[in-house]
Amino acid sequence: MSILIDADTTFIVQGITGREAVNLTRECLDYGAGARIVGGVTPGRLGREVHGVPVFDTVVQAVAHHGAPIDGAVVTVPPAFTKDAVFEAIVNAIRLVVIVTERIPRADVAEMVELADAHGARIIGPNCLGIIVPGVIKMGGIGGPARNARQAYSPGPVGVISRSGGMTTEMSSTLTASGLGQSTAVSIGGDAIIGSTYAELMPLFEADEATRAIVIYTEPGGRMEAQLAEYGPRLPVVAFMAGRFMDEMPGMSFGHAGTIVEGKEDTATEKIARLQEAGITIAERIEDIPDLVRERIGGGVAA
Amino acid sequence: MRLFEYESRQIVQKAGIPVSAHGFATTAAEARRIAEEIGAPTVIKSQVLTGGRMKAGGVKFADTPAEAEAHAETILALEIGSHKPRGVLVDSRVAVRQEYYAGVTWDGTRKRPVLIFSDMGGIDIEEIAETHPDHVARAHFSTLRPFSDFEAKQVIAAVGVSGRALTRLTPILARLARLFRERDMVLAEINPLAELDDGTFVAVDAHMDMENEARPRQQALLRELGVGEEETRQAREPTPFELAGEEVDAMDHRGVAGNVTEFDGDLGLVIGAGGGSLTLFDAVRAHGGRPANYCEIGGNPSVAKACGLAKLVLQKPGVDKIAVMMSIVSNTRVDIVARGVIKACVELGYDPAEKITIFRIPGAWEEEGFKILERYGVPYADRSVSLDEAARRAVAA
Repeated sequence: MSILIDADTTFIVQGITGREAVNLTRECLDYGAGARIVGGVTPGRLGREVHGVPVFDTVVQAVAHHGAPIDGAVVTVPPAFTKDAVFEAIVNAIRLVVIVTERIPRADVAEMVELADAHGARIIGPNCLGIIVPGVIKMGGIGGPARNARQAYSPGPVGVISRSGGMTTEMSSTLTASGLGQSTAVSIGGDAIIGSTYAELMPLFEADEATRAIVIYTEPGGRMEAQLAEYGPRLPVVAFMAGRFMDEMPGMSFGHAGTIVEGKEDTATEKIARLQEAGITIAERIEDIPDLVRERIGGGVAA
Repeated sequence: MRLFEYESRQIVQKAGIPVSAHGFATTAAEARRIAEEIGAPTVIKSQVLTGGRMKAGGVKFADTPAEAEAHAETILALEIGSHKPRGVLVDSRVAVRQEYYAGVTWDGTRKRPVLIFSDMGGIDIEEIAETHPDHVARAHFSTLRPFSDFEAKQVIAAVGVSGRALTRLTPILARLARLFRERDMVLAEINPLAELDDGTFVAVDAHMDMENEARPRQQALLRELGVGEEETRQAREPTPFELAGEEVDAMDHRGVAGNVTEFDGDLGLVIGAGGGSLTLFDAVRAHGGRPANYCEIGGNPSVAKACGLAKLVLQKPGVDKIAVMMSIVSNTRVDIVARGVIKACVELGYDPAEKITIFRIPGAWEEEGFKILERYGVPYADRSVSLDEAARRAVAA
């Protein structure tokens, strides 16, 4: 099975007429069984179509057209309008919101998360590439065009969670090449405040019968790794830590907005120690990940 | 984006929080005039974006305007941790009965702002939290509901402060919490928040850090404070090389080819994307390589931008060769990056096959990219060569 989405998931794309969103829509429609994109929203563009997907002015029009609740939304609108778009999705009973947009002030993210919590909705991102269930569905730009996504991702027992969109694909491709597929891969975003952290996704993977191990990509900055260590995952976890050089450069931000060493807890060194104490295996190189996963889950997974 | 103390004080004042009488000066003569206006003993404080001012001699006490002038002269010439001071703050020395701490920051785990208060101000809050946890109170507050005074009152009362101090502190903390939200701060701190002998309160020092991503919507305030759009306010000032990198990235709006940071090695790096750059930079160093720079490519930049970035790195003094490497790309086109870096070599009169140690960017449009690279004899690798192995080859070449 999978977490968050499956073949039946319906979703809309907010900001669907933007250049990146048009590509993303095509990619999702082409991948796996073909995503059920039931509408797109761009204010003032009612009546248009993007790759056959009807465009509406508002989310409520999209819901009315579909005639039933819509499961998810991919939000690709500019940063100044993102909060409004996410509020619109949540208030219209959409339960899963994937925010692709970068450079959103964390105050806005906190407001979106607070509203989502109040409505029982979940946010993935911002500044993320979305979710993929290999061979079945992808929601967001993750893995790129369908043929590229097919090359990198394959179905299997490993759940992937990553603060970097590109590294989600790099790690999954490495797993795929060694014969280890993925149950679901989630690009959670690189910002200081995000909708869903490792620890918050872990219970979903633990409840998923298909998932037997988790691979995570981590970075300096923030408390997300410490939170995972405190949570104490019940599945075997293999972690890769990038940006170790940043320990020598406090106060400087590299790679993602959330990646900055502000205190001792933020450093790669400290995070590695915390993760190891919690029984999480640290991979020194990406290519070491598949063997470490096999060691942790034992036999039964063909090479 | 960090703000200087003199800017932070203005923000605090605008929010209706009383501050001690003070002025900002960029010359010793100005400092003297401010001290004369204050007409009482003063403190001269260096305006730098770094900690440890006191230890470095950046804070001095003056009893007379003449002394204030002399101290200002010394402090204006004093670099602290390689930071030149922007000026000095001439502050009145107030008769303090007790020092408090008030601060607001984000809790990334709870995803809420958190108001922090202590009746032991004047020292680092982390230190108080460790040594006297019972003297520190915290309260998370909503981002959707307007901040209400009782939330400030609860935090103050939680450390045992009552009476007139409680009622006078409440509006100050409430205003601090509101300004944190209204001004898009990631840290808003008053330390010390001083209770004077007459029972009133003033902010004696303030520390503010504004969210970079919110700068566009805080333009009015930044203009008022005189903060230029070109000021990055990073932990260290950008070098000319880094500023040139920003210019490359600003050439057009397609994708990213920038985020350049200067290092002192000889191996030029044209790398991406966010996570890939972090991974590759570590890998180069793990193999004994000495990077000349850090940078990021992503989001499908134009040929011109990829070319501009590669040229910048190739022309950096001390750079012998460059390595072009990324994690598997989905929306960035391999062929566009390949064309950009080859164009850079050719236009500078170099043989791409000589200058580019390795090109490891697999993913979208890779067949087209690899064809171009082959034509110029540039060593390239697909995804079967790991990021670590690519870095090893870049260092070994």
